[in-house]
Amino acid sequence: MSAPKTLFEKLWERHLVRPQTESTPAVLYIDLQLVHEVTSAQAFTELRNRGLKVRAPQRTIATMDHSTPTTPGGFKAMPVLDQSAQSRKAQLDQLAKNCEEFGIPLLALGDKRQGIVHVIGPELGLTQPGMTVVCGDSHTSTHGAFGALAFGIGTSQVAHVLASQCLLQTRPKTLEVRVDGTLRAGVSAKDVILAVCTRLGVGGATGHVIEYTGSVIRALSMEERMTVCNMSIEAGARAGMIAPDETTFEYLKGRPHAPKGAEWDAAVADWQTLRTDEGATYDQTIVIDGSALEPWITYGTNPGMGMSINQPVPDPDSLGDRSERDSAVKALKYMGLTAGKKLAGTPVDVVFFGSCTNARISDLRDAAQVLRGRHVAPNVRVLVVPGSQQVKRQAEAEGLDVIFKEAGAEWREAGCSMCIAMNGDQLRPGQLAVSTSNRNFEGRQGSGGRTLLASPLTAAAAAVTGVITDPRTLLEVAV
Amino acid sequence: MTGTTADTQWKFNARYVVLPTENVDTDQIIPARFLTTTDRTGLGPSAFNDWRYLADGSPNPDFVLNRPESQGAEVLVAGHNFGCGSSREHAVWALAGAGFRAVVSSTFADIFRGNALGNGLLPIQVSPEVLAKLMSLHTPTSTVKVDLEASTLTLPDGETVSFPVPPFSKYCLLNGTDEMGFLLGTSDDAAKYEAAHRSSFSTLAAGAA
Ligand code: SF4
Repeated sequence: MSAPKTLFEKLWERHLVRPQTESTPAVLYIDLQLVHEVTSAQAFTELRNRGLKVRAPQRTIATMDHSTPTTPGGFKAMPVLDQSAQSRKAQLDQLAKNCEEFGIPLLALGDKRQGIVHVIGPELGLTQPGMTVVCGDSHTSTHGAFGALAFGIGTSQVAHVLASQCLLQTRPKTLEVRVDGTLRAGVSAKDVILAVCTRLGVGGATGHVIEYTGSVIRALSMEERMTVCNMSIEAGARAGMIAPDETTFEYLKGRPHAPKGAEWDAAVADWQTLRTDEGATYDQTIVIDGSALEPWITYGTNPGMGMSINQPVPDPDSLGDRSERDSAVKALKYMGLTAGKKLAGTPVDVVFFGSCTNARISDLRDAAQVLRGRHVAPNVRVLVVPGSQQVKRQAEAEGLDVIFKEAGAEWREAGCSMCIAMNGDQLRPGQLAVSTSNRNFEGRQGSGGRTLLASPLTAAAAAVTGVITDPRTLLEVAV
Repeated sequence: MTGTTADTQWKFNARYVVLPTENVDTDQIIPARFLTTTDRTGLGPSAFNDWRYLADGSPNPDFVLNRPESQGAEVLVAGHNFGCGSSREHAVWALAGAGFRAVVSSTFADIFRGNALGNGLLPIQVSPEVLAKLMSLHTPTSTVKVDLEASTLTLPDGETVSFPVPPFSKYCLLNGTDEMGFLLGTSDDAAKYEAAHRSSFSTLAAGAA
């Protein structure tokens, strides 16, 4: 019998084209590469300069998401394109040209399958257990929710995979994040991963691949698992993954690219072996009591600076070393928040529902649950940006768009939007936003803008009350 | 340029800039609104844009890169977990475009490190103690010496410390070859792998339409 292995080890070994040696990294086969407009142009240029072709166009798919307009009608509806819109449009046109020239399928603006790259991969059934998935985007870790080894790469590596379908990688370490217990009502997957980021710190998992285990993780839906894996990179992890199970198979069955018939049965039989064996060891393990978690929110300028919503903002003086204290002081200054004071009751300017972390249908249902029959608070701007056109259509079929519009929120087209603020959707300097996205870095949502990361429920509670609010007070569940 | 005539691309003396901030994320190194470019060049002037310029576009006199003594410095010394966040290789292009040849920190984010090595911007990882010493020894004229082949960094006081470089990256940089060439050389192995792992999976499949 072979030695017990972790899920990561199984995925790693399955994809070795050449093993790692003393002097060279491993050559890893890549099953699927996702491409978007912002990190691919220079890679295609490199292929062109070297006279190279795409080795496996059938393992590559492109979409447009980061810089696409989310206003109705898109570019066509804009009376004039300012300089920034022109350069965004040029970048999108370039992607279309590149895909055409290199034979890569493109789900362009206007395609009914277009959307955020990490939302569409799973919803089309492209992301499957046991795969290696890469994209020139750090949140590629999202796809690990299916028991895939999925990670973000730079543009030079995008070119490597286009040309060779392989990647040079040194083997990372493994970190088990076990979340035991049962989540309480009003506490969601986003709260779990924000708490994990707080526990690990923004660089705490550097060099590691996380496997999420434990009863809380097992009980999560696929969409919730994606929310968790999505933010693995915010703790510095190379990737995050969850072993596939019935929940995974159920989600995938019947999706356009999922195997069918006898192939499906064979695939499931194989996927069932993708789990960490009894007795296998991780380089590190941390354990979190899921039953004790509360809705979580960030107060600082990286995703590791978070706390439960009813706690006071930590005093920098209480933190470990001097440089940590200095960072916290700097962060609070930027955020305009006071140590020792609770966030609850703080007025907000903008609420953003969107991003590859929380813009799938279950997230929009969560938001609608709070917004139904209520109205957005005066002076608060609320954007709801579905993760994909498919999510948008589903939401409209369920009437969620009506709930949002009647509540006074903006109902947008699919895209990254204010998560990265490249497309014109952005905070004004000084504005404070509650966002369901994944990064609260300085200026991430617009130069000078200030971001608090939270779950869709918490964001919705802020939208209707106009201030930071524990969503459980509106859901009539125990606080 | 501050180096002596004996300097080479991978062995050089340079003045350095100290940015004593931890967890410098790639959104700070190059804000997203500059990512609409389809080139690798031209990002240098926008490196650290939102820290470096005031709202009216004039240089922020308080930002370290804008001090007179920072001009021409080729090594950036920064707090731990440098380059975290987004995978954008534009961050490395921007730093290189701003004239940096190496970044010194006590830890680097994984993706940034890989991007930097691939572009010949050396990520020099030192212990927290050495980092603190390097910061405290800084004067407008002090220099460090970087030697890639020996994988050493020499501090202004003469102390020499070694730093980790993956052997393959070092080989590529010193020999002017790159990872792409190596990967294309493994093409036969990839073909064997593909033959052994036949799959009906295809993004081009009609089922997707
Ligand atoms: S939604 Fe945000 S984090 Fe996700 S891919 Fe788009 S820009 Fe990146």
